[in-house]
Amino acid sequence: MTLPFIMFFVCAALAVIGALTLILAREPIHSALALVLVMVSLAVLYLLLGAEFIAAVQIIVYAGAIMVLFVFVIMLLNAGVEERTDYSKLAKFAGLPLGIFLSLALAYWMLESFIGKQIANGLGGTNASVSTRELSAQLFQKYLFPFEATSILILIAILGALVLAKKDE
Amino acid sequence: MDFITQHPVLVVSLAKIVGLMFVLMTTLAYLSWFERKVIAHIQSRWGPYYVGAHGLLQPLADGVKFLFKEDLTPPGADRFVYILAPMLALTLAMTTLALIPFGPPSVQWLGESTLIVADSSIGLMFVFAITSIGVYGVALAGWSSNSKYPLLGGLRSSAQMISYEVALTLAVVGVVLLSGTLNFNEMIQSQSGYYLHFVPRWNVVPQIVGFLCYFMSAVAETNRAPFDLPEGETELVGGFHTEYSSFKFAMFFMAEYANMITVSCLATILFFGGWLSPFPESWTFMRYLPPVGLLALAVYLAYDTVVLARGIARIQLIVVTAGALVIGLACLHPVVLAIIQGPFWFLLKVGLIMFFYVWTRATLPRLRYDQLMSFGWKFLLPVALANLVITALVKVWPMLVNHG
Repeated sequence: MTLPFIMFFVCAALAVIGALTLILAREPIHSALALVLVMVSLAVLYLLLGAEFIAAVQIIVYAGAIMVLFVFVIMLLNAGVEERTDYSKLAKFAGLPLGIFLSLALAYWMLESFIGKQIANGLGGTNASVSTRELSAQLFQKYLFPFEATSILILIAILGALVLAKKDE
Repeated sequence: MDFITQHPVLVVSLAKIVGLMFVLMTTLAYLSWFERKVIAHIQSRWGPYYVGAHGLLQPLADGVKFLFKEDLTPPGADRFVYILAPMLALTLAMTTLALIPFGPPSVQWLGESTLIVADSSIGLMFVFAITSIGVYGVALAGWSSNSKYPLLGGLRSSAQMISYEVALTLAVVGVVLLSGTLNFNEMIQSQSGYYLHFVPRWNVVPQIVGFLCYFMSAVAETNRAPFDLPEGETELVGGFHTEYSSFKFAMFFMAEYANMITVSCLATILFFGGWLSPFPESWTFMRYLPPVGLLALAVYLAYDTVVLARGIARIQLIVVTAGALVIGLACLHPVVLAIIQGPFWFLLKVGLIMFFYVWTRATLPRLRYDQLMSFGWKFLLPVALANLVITALVKVWPMLVNHG
């Protein structure tokens, strides 16, 4: 058991606990905090893979910007405790077995996939450590068009929110 | 001994973390003394005076007082989040300091550089990552207290911190463009050299606009006067920490000072050449500034001891004088002198920026909330953006000319 190995399992467990809390918690703020825990644990997993830049960006964008806005809005609206319904009989009885089946199927599919086999053979992951310089070179040369297109997409979303929020004259 | 030679990284890192924690805790305590003294003297008062000589034991007394106060939890508060918030604030505020280089990487022990805990290749990004989650401490404290004023204070402060974070980050990107790296030590090294053989080639010269934007948004980001609306006592009692008492309140207090230190360290690294000496290499006599300064302090303290102090204060002053004298003499040793250079200049610059912080607080009145928001979004952000665009243009101009 090496130190990165232990770190991986600790963070993986934290991420799963966070995800479960996110669904099961009744207080919106607790759910939001659980989601922050998931984001931060994922960032540590990226860090273990040697992807420093992705880890930092994960925290800045998701935990630092998006989730702060979530918490801010929940606080501003003073959202109360979540109400639960009991209408779906299907979800009550078939929910858990189907969920377990889905996760097992996903795990099997990932193991059998090309990348999964590469990682199992020790081929992936070894070259995962990419410097920020290389990453930005790829992003601003090879993938410049998709990069800019994404930024315009986000801009359109902001403009859409502004149009919707504008008061009628 | 075997363990140390086998795991140098682990052992050295732990030693560095323990050392940094010790120094940081002491500094946090004495910053409150520093702030009260400076503000008092600006306002023609004496400040802390009775506990120890020059009030030097005041932080200790404050710490004991905080520990023994009753720890209240308001009824209806969300207990878990209520306890989590101050812990989050203090932990995150102190974590950032792990990424700060206090001296050149050439100072080593067991093959590991000693004066930085984590020399990350993208240190700046990590500092921003950690400060960006720092908002939670304040926002959650306001929410979990189950009280009107803390909620309003928490909302205000999260809005303020989100707004000013944008300007803060944009103001720094200009420096990143100039140095072409996100690693702190490389950034500092890129600022070596001198204009006209004696004016240091620090980033503050080409990036003066960036520095001013950075400093103003940093003051707002750390919730300090004149941007301390989250705790504006005339309208919000104490803002987000109104309901907190005892050591939880002290934790918010310490987090605020730790954030001030981080922001000042960042300003030093990015704009004032970090641990680089402001004087050219050829001025060898400037190397003796740290021991000479300490010995001068010892002489002043000795005068104080003999002429002014009475009773117990005199004994305390004798101890402090002896300490300054011993450290000052130790600094005269060539090995110590070489090691002390980097940290000395770094801490001196950080101290000057901290003084500026306190000076601002003593001088300027608090802004109104709408003024604060429009200042951040309508003035600081456009200026920082323009600074970034101009820096980028200047940087690529030679390339464009060569191509065309």
